[in-house]
Amino acid sequence: MNDAPNRPTSVQGSPLTILFVEDNPDHAELVMRNLEDHRVANSIHHVSDGETALDYLFRRGKWTNPEKSPRPHLILLDLRLPRIDGLEVLARIREDQSLARIPVVILTTSKAELDVGRAYESYVNSYIVKPLDFEKFNSLMEDLGFYWLGWNHYPWSV
Amino acid sequence: MYIRDDRFMRRPGASGAPANILLVEDNPDHAELIVRGFEDHPIPNRIRHVSDGEAALDYLFRRGAWADPESSPTPGLVLLDLRLPKIDGLEVLRRVRDSKDHDHLPVVILSTSRAEGDVRRAYEHQSNSYLVKPLDFASFTAMINDVGYYWLSWNHYPGRNLGLTGRDAGQRT
Repeated sequence: MNDAPNRPTSVQGSPLTILFVEDNPDHAELVMRNLEDHRVANSIHHVSDGETALDYLFRRGKWTNPEKSPRPHLILLDLRLPRIDGLEVLARIREDQSLARIPVVILTTSKAELDVGRAYESYVNSYIVKPLDFEKFNSLMEDLGFYWLGWNHYPWSV
Repeated sequence: MYIRDDRFMRRPGASGAPANILLVEDNPDHAELIVRGFEDHPIPNRIRHVSDGEAALDYLFRRGAWADPESSPTPGLVLLDLRLPKIDGLEVLRRVRDSKDHDHLPVVILSTSRAEGDVRRAYEHQSNSYLVKPLDFASFTAMINDVGYYWLSWNHYPGRNLGLTGRDAGQRT
């Protein structure tokens, strides 16, 4: 898919680690498939609820070993999540000194002004509403991939 | 508790009008490339260009030449260089984030610097994203094209509901 010669696989050269938080299995599969199509060997860690996302980020429970929970360059975060919702996960990330700078992109079905406003109050980097249409969803994933996996620079390289 | 803020509804773009972009860039060659890239972009937009940090703040806070709101619509995207005359990019970003009216404005750093310190400081000042200008023309053009698609057609920000979704808004080139 990403065959455009002028687009980098990743401008920083090394594969990216992405934490992907999504409870809907269909959406999760679509996103995973799209992101994995990008040429670089990015490492995508998928978790299905907010508590597990925080366990991963704060290296608790089954994520205690740092080798199993490398710090993500990018976090793709759904809003409506079991146990701890996405806005709460975002707030905890921004409160923690070592995690605060990680770019977080909200990927949700909600276009409610309240959700958008609250996400920006917590300094979300970008807020994306998932299209219901399959073709549009794929366009989104392509554009999102070019942008965040291709062009964007992250606060650390590895 | 979150208090709904009326200013979210006053942002331009809510009526489906073209997105406004503010470009802050002192290098005339880079500026020309970027402006042309957006003028040719399939997603409707209007880009305005200022060449230093002081002018950027004057525009955003409607001072001096930009006092008339008609001439200085609030942008839905700011493309901000780091090394700028008068007031540098990080300071512009800091003042934007400290302000009541623009603290949520999407700001993308567009710099020639790939120094880790610059990237880190930009994110510490809540830049939304950090891009390094490619050295070759073709990559530069491709990047501007992708920036347009991503921020103008997909990103939501408070008050913005363009009614455009992705490729509906134009054919990919």
